[in-house]
Amino acid sequence: MTIFQKFLGATAALALSAGAALADPALIFDLGGKFDKSFNEAAFNGAERWAKETGGTYLDIEMQSEAQREQALRRFAEAGANPIITTGFAMADPVAEVAPDYPEITFVNIDGFLAEIPDNVLMIAFEEHQGSYLVGILAAMASKTGTVGFVGGMDVPLIRHFACGYAQGAKSVNPDIKIVANMTGTTPAAWNDPVKGGELAKAQYSQGADVIYAAAGGTGVGVLQAAADEGIYSIGVDSNQNHLHPGSVLTSMLKRVDVAVYDVLKSGADTQTGQMRLGLAEEGVGYAVDDNNAALITDEMKAAAEDAKAKIIAGELNVVSYYENDSCPALSF
Amino acid sequence: MEILPKWADAVLVPIFSLLIAFALSALVIIAIGEDPVAAVKMMVTGAVGSTYGWGYTLYYATNFMFTGLAFAVAFHAAMFNIGAEGQATLGGLGVALVCLAVPWPHWALALPAAMVGGALFGAAFAAIPAWLQAKRGSHIVITTIMFNFISASILNFLLVNMLRPKGSMDPATAKFPAGTNLPTLHDILGVFGIPFSRAAPANIAFFIALLACVLVWLLIWRTRIGYQIRAFGKSESAAVYAGISPVKIIMVAMLISGALAGLMAINNVMGEAERLVLNSVEGAGFIGIAVALMGRNHPFGIFLAAILFGFLYQGGAELALWTNIPRELIVVIQALVILFTGALDNMVRMPLERIFLAFRRGKA
Repeated sequence: MTIFQKFLGATAALALSAGAALADPALIFDLGGKFDKSFNEAAFNGAERWAKETGGTYLDIEMQSEAQREQALRRFAEAGANPIITTGFAMADPVAEVAPDYPEITFVNIDGFLAEIPDNVLMIAFEEHQGSYLVGILAAMASKTGTVGFVGGMDVPLIRHFACGYAQGAKSVNPDIKIVANMTGTTPAAWNDPVKGGELAKAQYSQGADVIYAAAGGTGVGVLQAAADEGIYSIGVDSNQNHLHPGSVLTSMLKRVDVAVYDVLKSGADTQTGQMRLGLAEEGVGYAVDDNNAALITDEMKAAAEDAKAKIIAGELNVVSYYENDSCPALSF
Repeated sequence: MEILPKWADAVLVPIFSLLIAFALSALVIIAIGEDPVAAVKMMVTGAVGSTYGWGYTLYYATNFMFTGLAFAVAFHAAMFNIGAEGQATLGGLGVALVCLAVPWPHWALALPAAMVGGALFGAAFAAIPAWLQAKRGSHIVITTIMFNFISASILNFLLVNMLRPKGSMDPATAKFPAGTNLPTLHDILGVFGIPFSRAAPANIAFFIALLACVLVWLLIWRTRIGYQIRAFGKSESAAVYAGISPVKIIMVAMLISGALAGLMAINNVMGEAERLVLNSVEGAGFIGIAVALMGRNHPFGIFLAAILFGFLYQGGAELALWTNIPRELIVVIQALVILFTGALDNMVRMPLERIFLAFRRGKA
């Protein structure tokens, strides 16, 4: 905790809000919290890496309520923080609302979508369906039962987007494969409910699934645990989670939020604004192979995944995005 | 019977509870190596030290007033309505549908319609548990808790599958048209030449909440149905003997309760977000229980308690912004206040009563 922004006294806070220039960047974490072992934590890790390398400091806040979104943006902007990085799709609209009032500050949002992007806003989107497609291939090849599972967090379009890529990848290997997909819940609590994640994984195991992909934030920890307990495979998400249960975590679908945050912090106020898409080609998404899972990924599996990866990058293979028409060709919800 | 004089019950007990809660919070802050004095200063200046702070404090307080009143009305009929969260969620749906359905020319037309929409949806959602309680004896605590989950699922289904604008990743409705945007305190006070922060979300719904406080007071203490509600709440058998229908009282109390909870949506959905997002209520329904208990289920007490909780929310947000006190600890501070003012009431009351008794004996 020592590298965090040091405690600012009440007087300092008042001085800041009065508009004193402060070049420090700011990071706003979404409701999941910065230690969610997944999406927000990846952003946090990227920022920490930057802080360690440059000795810089940054302001940060974890959202507690919807009303705080705009509030935090304005407060940091008035304090002169630049750039201001936000995580999570729910921050997109507040950013669009606030950014025009502070044209000299660069705002960044990860995961969000805006039809019209203000001049001083950078929207970073990841092609999660491409990465999920690759782990879908690996899952289908590792499965002996012909059934694979998917445990999502909250039932929102973003998570369906993950599931859709995964299902397409699995079906590309085995068109008859059975995909059991469950969402953890309908409230934000679904992002942090490892107990329920574990129960869903066990239920999918009883339906024959022997590889389960968890795209559920902190809930996924329970999915991975249950899979290890049952002696089947699991697939982690966002961060490299292979080390959590070596030998049971088949691989992790990497979403390099940390790299994105690090890059933005590095370029600071000079960050290019507009839309940035990070897919396989940009190494924004991918699958993780390290010492913990090298034995699980056979050469044949690796070749298949690399082949698909090359084809996707070359444009020969199109993984359908759930967003295109709010439906999935390989999976119904 | 009453050992404590009224003023002591209404003023001393909450103040002592608060002091104990704050003292414990200070210990917690010291334990993580921060300065409690600076933290309190920051909370106070952040929440009430500027019109900006007031704007947020009053915005949160407006939410809590509605849900606190909702809880209190049901509580007077001995109904423990834990479902304000779900009723306010559905109230938000009602408000959103009204706002999106018609191209409103002016907020003055949109607001009454949205109020009707929010209240109707909230009341309708409270009607089912109420009916189950009145006719079937299904316990209202259990049913309303379960209905909170149902409301979350309904809203999720509608937002993800039907109300979401095409291409948007965020499960939320489209922005409401400009004709539904409520005037904020900045606009209202500006008319009188009083400067008020433009950024703060407090809006005209605050005054409607104040009006609701007065109306609830009139309802409970100045009308026949209010008397029936109180009589039923004190003793069901006596009320039945007096010719009061339990079914009617349960239904009426719960419908009013649900409507008040649903009305909250004009503040958070129509006034602040100007679109319907998934967790727009974010716990205000549960805070309303603490607000009502702390306010002794009296509208004026609820008004004060709502302001206090608004202060805690906004002050907590300032702490989160400028210190590295983690947000979990800010929740701990808020929870301590709820614990001492709501749950551990007797811990303060009994010693106080003893002191007053001793004092009285001394006089006699």
